Amino acid sequence: MSDPAPRYQELRIPSLARVEGETALHLRIHDGTVTEARLKIYEPPRFFEAFLRGRAHTEPPDLTSRICGICPVAYQMSACRAIEDACGVVVDGQLAALRRLLYCGEWIESQTLHIHMLHAPDFLGEDDVIGLSRSYPEHVKRGLRLKQTGNAVVELLGGRAIHPVNVRVGGFHRAPPRAELRPLEERLRTALDDAWDTVRWVAGFEFPDAECDADLLALAEEGTYAIESGVPTVLPYDETLPPYSFPLRDFTDHVAEEQVSHSTALHSRLDGRRHLTGSLARWAVSGYLLSPLALEAAREAGLGDPLSRAGVGRAEVCRNPYRSILVRSVEVLYAVEEALRIIAEYERPASPYVEVPARAGIGHGATEAPRGLLYHRYAFDGGGRVTDARIVPPTAQNQGAIEEDLRRLVQAGLDRGEGSEAELTRLCERAVRNHDPCISCSAHFLELDIERTH
Amino acid sequence: MSTPTPPQPPARPRLGVFKFASCDGCQLTLLDCEDELLGIAAELEIAHFLEASSEAAPGPYDLVLVEGSVSTPEHVERIRRIRADARHLVTIGACATAGGVQALRNYADVEGYLATVYARPDYIETLATSTPVSAHVPVDFELRGCPIDRGQLVEVITAFLAGRKPAIPNHSVCFACKRRGNVCVTVAHGTPCLGPVTHAGCGALCPTYGRGCYGCFGPAGTTNLPALVPLMQRDGMSEEDIGRFLHTFNVTAFTAVEEQGQPGVTDAEGPG
Ligand code: SF4
Ligand code: SF4
Repeated sequence: MSDPAPRYQELRIPSLARVEGETALHLRIHDGTVTEARLKIYEPPRFFEAFLRGRAHTEPPDLTSRICGICPVAYQMSACRAIEDACGVVVDGQLAALRRLLYCGEWIESQTLHIHMLHAPDFLGEDDVIGLSRSYPEHVKRGLRLKQTGNAVVELLGGRAIHPVNVRVGGFHRAPPRAELRPLEERLRTALDDAWDTVRWVAGFEFPDAECDADLLALAEEGTYAIESGVPTVLPYDETLPPYSFPLRDFTDHVAEEQVSHSTALHSRLDGRRHLTGSLARWAVSGYLLSPLALEAAREAGLGDPLSRAGVGRAEVCRNPYRSILVRSVEVLYAVEEALRIIAEYERPASPYVEVPARAGIGHGATEAPRGLLYHRYAFDGGGRVTDARIVPPTAQNQGAIEEDLRRLVQAGLDRGEGSEAELTRLCERAVRNHDPCISCSAHFLELDIERTH
Repeated sequence: MSTPTPPQPPARPRLGVFKFASCDGCQLTLLDCEDELLGIAAELEIAHFLEASSEAAPGPYDLVLVEGSVSTPEHVERIRRIRADARHLVTIGACATAGGVQALRNYADVEGYLATVYARPDYIETLATSTPVSAHVPVDFELRGCPIDRGQLVEVITAFLAGRKPAIPNHSVCFACKRRGNVCVTVAHGTPCLGPVTHAGCGALCPTYGRGCYGCFGPAGTTNLPALVPLMQRDGMSEEDIGRFLHTFNVTAFTAVEEQGQPGVTDAEGPG
């Protein structure tokens, strides 16, 4: 480590670009050693958990969707599940299928947005999608087309792509007749080719070596790749620890949040360890449940074979955050296929929703937002008013792992002699985007564990 | 990135997109204009748009789109700087136009809110209020919606490029409902609906999907709220229900209607 730079260095990146929401990064480097890497999330607090109190049990889906414009469906779905859980109602059959279809639409558009507009420019040396559209016009057009198809699914079922209006507790305000879904089929068939071509394109990118040494946490669902429901399942980084699941109602016993002084987002730990949610975690926990086509694409893309059964075997778990874009591309392909399958099997339900009568109770809901596991918990009084709300979004859970990732990457960069501010900035921005953080989501949750070290 | 550039076409107007307290949905609407995006980029130089680009060029900007409400001490400073750098400033969405859903704090005890959400409120910098951009600096045009409508956004940008006022009608959702041929959900089904007092722009989405409008575009230009209240009561809403119904995504704007009979925000002609 012959470091010609000053012994002590501080690097501040005042605002990270091409991430959703606002965040800054603060690095401390002492004598060539990174002593601190802090993501400073300065997204102002918006107090959702506070003003949800007193609201009716029908209101959280619309209200919490406003936490994030990039994954509103995820908020609506986690909220609905938590409320229905509290009220003792299960939504199944065609209504559940329609929900999954809506969620597939969000997966397609949100993941495609991240792949093409936010993440791919990093691999191809461009500042943004506009620059990319000059060097890779066909690829960008294909991406926009794919994203539009995802939007079309959400728009048809939800009314609009951002903050859909058609979702309600118990199902939908209106369930479309079969014929209305037919035009989507044609677009989705084109999308299937586009998604497959995207996987091939992304597989050709150059992926730096990196490993994220965090536990992986994702929902697991019997028989299907978990999207809109499932049981929290952990693949520990420490190979001597077996994989395990825990009931959703125990979520906050396992994932404990703590407030840190440098961020409006709370940090969380999984059973005392760092953890990561999102595409890498989903692939590790239930990759084997993807469709044969998606698995073939994954193999072709170099992701190898996933574990043969949830948590069994150790080979082929991808922990390289740079390669998350590959998993995302495979997931888009899968979501397109799922959407086609659901439409083919769709029959309009007799009623667009099931009644969800209010009652006193506590309910838990979690779904797989494109960025990872999103947990909601609500407590209601006998009149169905919210007395307490708690929301744990994926980015907050990932923050610790992202910071550790940054620390290691910068350290490796320094060791290679890449110490200039421009080089480090680039490195860090890339590292953050690998995790597709959703900063808007991170700034608002209830804190119970008091940290007194600062 | 400074790559050698080919001969430059005539200078295009420079666009800046800035974010305050928000969910990013309104700026995402710009990225959702897939069909128009590359066309817009050909007409406008995207000089500052952090959600989309690492290229963050300093001002002045010809057109600035502002998303989000002013809710921290730093915001107050920043919106002034941005205004000074902006030839034409347009707010996009309910947050920037009316303080957004986070303005619910304006009617609550913010210290209590902080304590509810954070164990160490002293780490958090926030104002007791969430206010629209127009409370701090002059605004040339306010585009409503939570989120804004894609078509209306394209119209605002097109109008800017053509040097005219955007053709955004000020009437209520009811007009759009009639145009769409919807059966009125209030008349036919007794579903409470804020459509009669809500600004058009969404194309009457909610009634089309069989639910009542919940007011996400804020109050229409002229509204008769007192006439609507008994109708909502007839359809089973208590006074408290109606309060929550009105006080959500555009809480400050509807509160102004209740108190003064007119929206607290107007379509500013602006200083030009
Ligand atoms: S107005 Fe609504 S959609 Fe727009 S930024 Fe605010 S919360 Fe998001
Ligand atoms: S009908 Fe009302 S609540 Fe629904 S999208 Fe339109 S303005 Fe918003």
